[in-house]
Amino acid sequence: MEAPLKYIFDSIQFLKPEITVSLFLVILVTVDLILGKKNKQILPYISLAGLLITGFFVIQQFETSAFASVQNNIGNFGLIAVDSFGNYFKLIIILSSIFIILFSISSIEIKQAFDRHGEYYSLIFGMILGMMLMVSSVDLILIYLSIELVSLSSYVLAGFTKHSLRNSEASLKYIIYGSAASGIMLFGISILYGIMGTTNIYAINTVLQNGAFQPLALIISCILIFTGFGFKISAAPFHFWTPDVYEGAPIAITAYLSIASKAAGFALLIRFIKITFIQAIGSDGYWQLLEVIDWKSFLIIISIGTMTLGNFAALWQDNLKRMLAYSSIAHAGYMILGLAVFSDQGIMAILIYFMVYLFMNLGAFFVVMLIANRIGSEEIDDYDGLGYKTPLLAVSLGVFLVSLTGLPPTAGFIGKLYLFIALVDAKMIVVAIIALLNTVVSLYYYVRVLKHMFLAKPKSEEGKIAIGYADTVVLMALLIPVFVFGLYFTPIVNLAKNSIALLGF
Amino acid sequence: MASFPILSWITLLPILGMVIILFIPKTQEKAIKGLTLLITSVQVILSIVILAGFNYSKGGVFDASSFQFIEKFRWIDIEGFSWIGRIKIDYYLGIDGISVPLIFLTAIISFISTLSSFSINKSVKGYFAMFLLLDTGMMGVFVALDFFLFYIFWELMLLPMYFLIGIWGGPRREYAAIKFFLYTLLGSVFILLAIIGLYFSTQETLADGTKVFTFNMISMMDPANYTATGILSPFNPNNLRFIAFLGLFIGFAIKIPMFPFHTWLPDAHVEAPTAISVILAGVLLKMGTYGILRINYTMFPEITKQLIWYIALFGAINIIYGALTAMAQKDFKKLIAYSSISHMGFVLLGMASLNTLGISGAVLQMFNHGTITAMLFLIVGVIYDRAHTRDIDGFGGLGVQMPIYTGFTTLAFFAAIGLPGLSGFISEAFVFLGSFGFESIRVIAIISTLGILLGAGYMLWTLQRIYLGKLNEKWTQLPDMDFREYAMLVPLSLIIIFLGVYPSAMLDLMNTSVNSMVQFLSESGKFLGSIK
Repeated sequence: MEAPLKYIFDSIQFLKPEITVSLFLVILVTVDLILGKKNKQILPYISLAGLLITGFFVIQQFETSAFASVQNNIGNFGLIAVDSFGNYFKLIIILSSIFIILFSISSIEIKQAFDRHGEYYSLIFGMILGMMLMVSSVDLILIYLSIELVSLSSYVLAGFTKHSLRNSEASLKYIIYGSAASGIMLFGISILYGIMGTTNIYAINTVLQNGAFQPLALIISCILIFTGFGFKISAAPFHFWTPDVYEGAPIAITAYLSIASKAAGFALLIRFIKITFIQAIGSDGYWQLLEVIDWKSFLIIISIGTMTLGNFAALWQDNLKRMLAYSSIAHAGYMILGLAVFSDQGIMAILIYFMVYLFMNLGAFFVVMLIANRIGSEEIDDYDGLGYKTPLLAVSLGVFLVSLTGLPPTAGFIGKLYLFIALVDAKMIVVAIIALLNTVVSLYYYVRVLKHMFLAKPKSEEGKIAIGYADTVVLMALLIPVFVFGLYFTPIVNLAKNSIALLGF
Repeated sequence: MASFPILSWITLLPILGMVIILFIPKTQEKAIKGLTLLITSVQVILSIVILAGFNYSKGGVFDASSFQFIEKFRWIDIEGFSWIGRIKIDYYLGIDGISVPLIFLTAIISFISTLSSFSINKSVKGYFAMFLLLDTGMMGVFVALDFFLFYIFWELMLLPMYFLIGIWGGPRREYAAIKFFLYTLLGSVFILLAIIGLYFSTQETLADGTKVFTFNMISMMDPANYTATGILSPFNPNNLRFIAFLGLFIGFAIKIPMFPFHTWLPDAHVEAPTAISVILAGVLLKMGTYGILRINYTMFPEITKQLIWYIALFGAINIIYGALTAMAQKDFKKLIAYSSISHMGFVLLGMASLNTLGISGAVLQMFNHGTITAMLFLIVGVIYDRAHTRDIDGFGGLGVQMPIYTGFTTLAFFAAIGLPGLSGFISEAFVFLGSFGFESIRVIAIISTLGILLGAGYMLWTLQRIYLGKLNEKWTQLPDMDFREYAMLVPLSLIIIFLGVYPSAMLDLMNTSVNSMVQFLSESGKFLGSIK
């Protein structure tokens, strides 16, 4: 067999999840065409089936550690690295996708666009494919392509409900900002290729180890590339799109952007920095980076800026979705700190944080969506007295928000605890204090929602908001882990601990 | 009896009750109230069982083997890697002579404030669910010996307290509730940071000889368990123990509340419903001083000694500042709130004397302040329920109209002033004897006695304005106390009188532990000092 073809066939065994996703993307489009205008209720269930199969393949290859799509001309490095780190993030992406599809089933916004359901679910699958490639690609070209795939799908999804003005505005802003960011990133990639002569980050690492490069060009190219990552994880100062898009997009998509696409961005950022610049890992778990760029100071500054800005801006928000957008910026700030530690403990903290964040943030958005389904508003003022109209939803939202604040005995505390453990272990005390003070600030705006729900009197005496059986089940699937992982976090920590391995390191 | 996990029961029973309440339909208000009363009475009974079974000769404090009613289970155990040590957290409860009075106090105060809560008729279900959650948090703080567990209980109280003040409080309840929440959270994040620092500095030797980092509070008290390089290890020349001490101290001082961190207290007290004021003054404030005694003193003895003069000074400021501010109040409840700040100053002063007399006085004062101030807030509640005002100058001559009520008030006021024969006298006397006996803070002790004078001043003046003189015509319709109010005030009065006459009942309980603590402070402080 010819060499290129052989590499493709050899890779199939490692790419089963990605292949499944692509296959279901095709199935969804086809079924949508066959069904015509009716019976579209079946589409989400096909999607769920596809996700479960994908999840199965991911778990099956969890411990695998190998390159797929190997190119032998650059020292047998491949385009895609399959490792437990990537698989952990794939699980997070799949888990959040499952929840998003469940959300979409009960979302009124999505239901109103009934005739375009086929596009909706195929776009989600396109995004999943992009994200799965993002978390595992080790070649700058593939990195760029996967980011674009995710971005293009999410631009459309953000503006999916066409008749809302806000919605179109969100989509347009997202496109303009996103294309600018990826343009800048592409420019950075081209510079990096120019000085390194290769697009594979493992190969770049080899070049850097040998010390043959132009430092200034390297720094510029890395900062330009960071723009693309920063855009995806909405780190300050690349966060400007976040509040507008989060506020304008359908709630299910907002929730999706805040978890899955952010997780993919983080995985990519961590992989890029670690693989490209690593020199050695000590037995204590601390990384020795090549001293070409002061990533540590850079990330600490970005992180403190991001969390402080996110938290303080959230204080003034009256729209709950917008507030959660700023809160998600703040959380990205905390998580960047985990990377800035440059140790395996820090990565473990990020992994734990993401798993916890998935449940609490999706939970908060789910409740906001259920409430918006009934009262048609996300303004915090309209939440007055909700605790008496719909106790279950209000209490659940309360628990999710308390967990986002990071108070025990909720899972959010465990996420923060491990982050601070990593920081204190690395003796970054001042940074830890700044992050903790940020937590105190965040309490104010989270509790403000509680205040409106429980302390304020209902404006109108309208009847109770009842929720359906299926919605209750989904809610419990999000709520129970928040408590269980708050009190018994052994499984989540064990999983994260076994998932920090990046291919080769 | 040995195998019965009595501490778990007394701590977790309220949570169990909360879960049951969540399943009771909210129209069944009587059932909800009855269940809460039942649970808090069982707590009182359990606390009496604990008192009866308590071995007076065991010291506890820093010696794991002489803690009593110990329950210890592995809770979290995560195998380590080369780069991360094994993570081990225990569910570890146990009590000694310092925590046992506070457990009894918590049980009594919870019971009495349940009675006081019976007048609540807005969202009864939510109220009692929150109340029971709060109860678990309070009890848990006093029995936990694992720092992680301690912190969970510590934080568990915040949310219920926020809602209890915020939903069932007075007109400015939202402001008071969020202020309380933010202040306390600010304090507890410093505590959290210190906990993590201590975790990375202490190692415990397991049965198989391996050493693992630990959250065990008792291991953290023994310098031998510290690692060579831990950031809070005394063996590390660049350690941050001083900063950690301050972090913990500020975290606890906010709860006491110690000047200048006290501003949340008057707001919280004034806005909170009576029962919650009772809990707040009766139990919550004690957590601050308990934390300093249990944690700062034993884990950072050398820094405690270094800063002892300042602790005493802040105690004195609390005493005098609280008393002066109380004197200027027009609102009856605010006056009691400031008097509470003043009385907590005595606890700090007693603790600062570092001798048996002073520390016994401090612990006893914690208990006495709990009962006396609880009674004072109940008294405010009684009159507020009837007159719907707390303006001191708006009353006058109530002694004629409500003689029995006035009798109880006089008793509580005199106890607060420290009249001999009542419990407040003993603890204040001990505090002054103790602090006077410690040369470096003698001057502060002398100045603090002024607080007694001021205390008598504002208390007697208030007594005169509200209860003596000519009866204000507006209040001729006020009825005297009813049965429920008797049930709340009589037990507290009996405790106050009993401990005034026979303080040994409480002092004997804590004596061995206080002695061990004093001895520990003098010895290990020396040891740690020599490393530096």
